[in-house]
Amino acid sequence: MNKLNNMKKSTKVDFATYLGVIIAFIVITVLMNNGTLGRKQVGLLVPACCYVVMAVSLNLTVGILGELSLGHAGFMSVGAFSGVIAAMSLAEAIPFEPLRLAIAMVAGAVCAGIAGVIVGVPVLRLRGDYLAIVTLAFGEIIKDLINCLIVGHDSEGLHIIFNFKGLKTVDDLGLLPGGNVIIKGAQGATGTDTIASFTAGVVLILITLFVVLNLIHSRTGRAVMAIRDNRIAAESVGINITKYKLIAFVTSATLAGAAGALYGLNYSSLQATKFNFNTSILVLVFVVLGGLGNIWGSIVAAIVLYVLPEALRSVADLRMLVYAIVLILVMLATNSPKMKAVLSRVIPRKKGDEVNE
Amino acid sequence: MSKKFEKPNMVPVPSHSIIPDRDVGKSPILECNHLGIDFGGLRAVDDFNLTVGRTEIAGLIGPNGAGKTTVFNLLTKVYQPTRGTILLDGIDTAGKSTIQINRMGIARTFQNIRLFSNLTVEDNVKIGLHNQEVYSTFSGIFRLPKYWKKEKVAHERALELLSIFDMQDMAAMKAGSLPYGAQRRLEIVRALATNPSLLLLDEPAAGMNPSETAELMENIVKIRDMFQIAVLLIEHDMSLVMSICEGICVLNFGQVIAKGTAEEIQANPAVIEAYLGKKKEA
Ligand SMILES: Nc1ncnc2c1ncn2[C@@H]1O[C@H](COP(=O)(O)OP(=O)(O)OP(=O)(O)O)[C@@H](O)[C@H]1O
Ligand SMILES: [Mg+2]
Repeated sequence: MNKLNNMKKSTKVDFATYLGVIIAFIVITVLMNNGTLGRKQVGLLVPACCYVVMAVSLNLTVGILGELSLGHAGFMSVGAFSGVIAAMSLAEAIPFEPLRLAIAMVAGAVCAGIAGVIVGVPVLRLRGDYLAIVTLAFGEIIKDLINCLIVGHDSEGLHIIFNFKGLKTVDDLGLLPGGNVIIKGAQGATGTDTIASFTAGVVLILITLFVVLNLIHSRTGRAVMAIRDNRIAAESVGINITKYKLIAFVTSATLAGAAGALYGLNYSSLQATKFNFNTSILVLVFVVLGGLGNIWGSIVAAIVLYVLPEALRSVADLRMLVYAIVLILVMLATNSPKMKAVLSRVIPRKKGDEVNE
Repeated sequence: MSKKFEKPNMVPVPSHSIIPDRDVGKSPILECNHLGIDFGGLRAVDDFNLTVGRTEIAGLIGPNGAGKTTVFNLLTKVYQPTRGTILLDGIDTAGKSTIQINRMGIARTFQNIRLFSNLTVEDNVKIGLHNQEVYSTFSGIFRLPKYWKKEKVAHERALELLSIFDMQDMAAMKAGSLPYGAQRRLEIVRALATNPSLLLLDEPAAGMNPSETAELMENIVKIRDMFQIAVLLIEHDMSLVMSICEGICVLNFGQVIAKGTAEEIQANPAVIEAYLGKKKEA
């Protein structure tokens, strides 16, 4: 207990965040096993995990780095389709599903990270708010690119063609007998093995929290927040602005890619249009309502605002009303100083922390 | 100096600020030669020459809009000079960036306070230590031994630096919530954390009450003695400048109109004219 009291306040909040996720996981697993949760509710679990990871990772760019990104769904899309390709082409080589899922998520993360570098390197060198417009364009371009993508796999390996003119079909892949088509242009990925699981989702959330929270409380995170708070002062103490902006942005994109892969492997069919501007804005809404830079706020906002509209389908008439009220409550809970004061009383703080004003 | 700008009744300008005895014979830390910058048609700084000794406390004074802050922005490469050279410890700084300049040994504070106001006082100082206590992002995320070691050193060093101004009790407070005077002091601590050899202070006493100013003066001298660094400060508070600056340089309309010791400056007619205006004949 003494040790707990000596911990920094931020460390305690982090600790509570991990604990909350683990407790939620245990409770939901118990409810799932004793049949309290119906099939419909269980179906929401994996996408809810994906949106939590999306929100936490976007918070790194928007809340911690202070740059607006309007194309976070684009990175999710890159992750989803590369993850699906990885998982499907390894179907025979690695029959053990959890391992295949893990590899697919790593593949999705790496591809989205590369996309992050490609977008970030030219844009983050500039002064001014160019990231918003470029990420917006990126989201749209990725959608169109994946709509032209035809991918198949057979014993010879992967076959990829870009159907820019709209003239090619899956037959042009020239698959050997026994090969299967993974992505069919505008029809998207079809016949995907749905190997995603709730457990994997929770593990991904924990990994995301580990990466993001540890990053924030390290030398790198301080540099990133210094740039957010005052760029000129950050330069004056010798912080390489472009480098730290890139680290935050690419980390954010990488985590979104992993979330995308998990999402893609949760549905037997998936179109690129799923990851459109609306999805990017939805995730941004989670982040803003959860509180900029507030990681547990992002988690709560993503869960409540994703699950709620689905749960309210039965009371269609009141749905928008309840949704609006919840929006306001989430905002109050995560951003109000009063609420923070209540929380800080619940989470005891070190003596003398803020008394000497 | 080019003859062109010399006004008829101006006293000759010494080419160096007064290097204190203890620094004589050592190479100067800073040497500006014919430094100048234009903003459009405005010659904000012109033919600026200044030498600062290794452990000198030098003052840069002048009326509002004289170009003092612009000199700091030139020294730290916020602006690239239009003309002239800057030698830091004998090394030409042409083409260097603000970041490189800081690593070469110039640290500064700002006239309009620029703290990382959402972060704690301690984190502000630790950000100053960014290039002193180094470990990779990877060690940071995975909390490798290097992370713990360097974070511990950074924490101790931050508190030690804060104790110069007796601010260690404020370490956990948000920088933005500090009183004005404390914010100014924190900026100095953050600048010191970067381990400079030349500290530039832009109006460090602005907004401070007389007792705070007196304490600040003591602390500036203490810092110079402790760290054996040079300090160049801009200040409107003449009692501060005259009592702690060993050499003073007076700017007016972007040009140096006088250099010398406090006594020399106070007796200089050009300086009196710049501050009080020319006596009207009427
Ligand atoms: N970026 C800029 N663009 C155009 N003009 C500038 C710029 N920066 C400074 N100036 C001009 O250069 C002149 C000198 O400004 P500077 O801020 O250096 O004055 P100062 O001596 O620091 O004055 P103060 O005592 O008010 O701080 C002013 O006329 C100012 O308007
Ligand atoms: Mg100024």
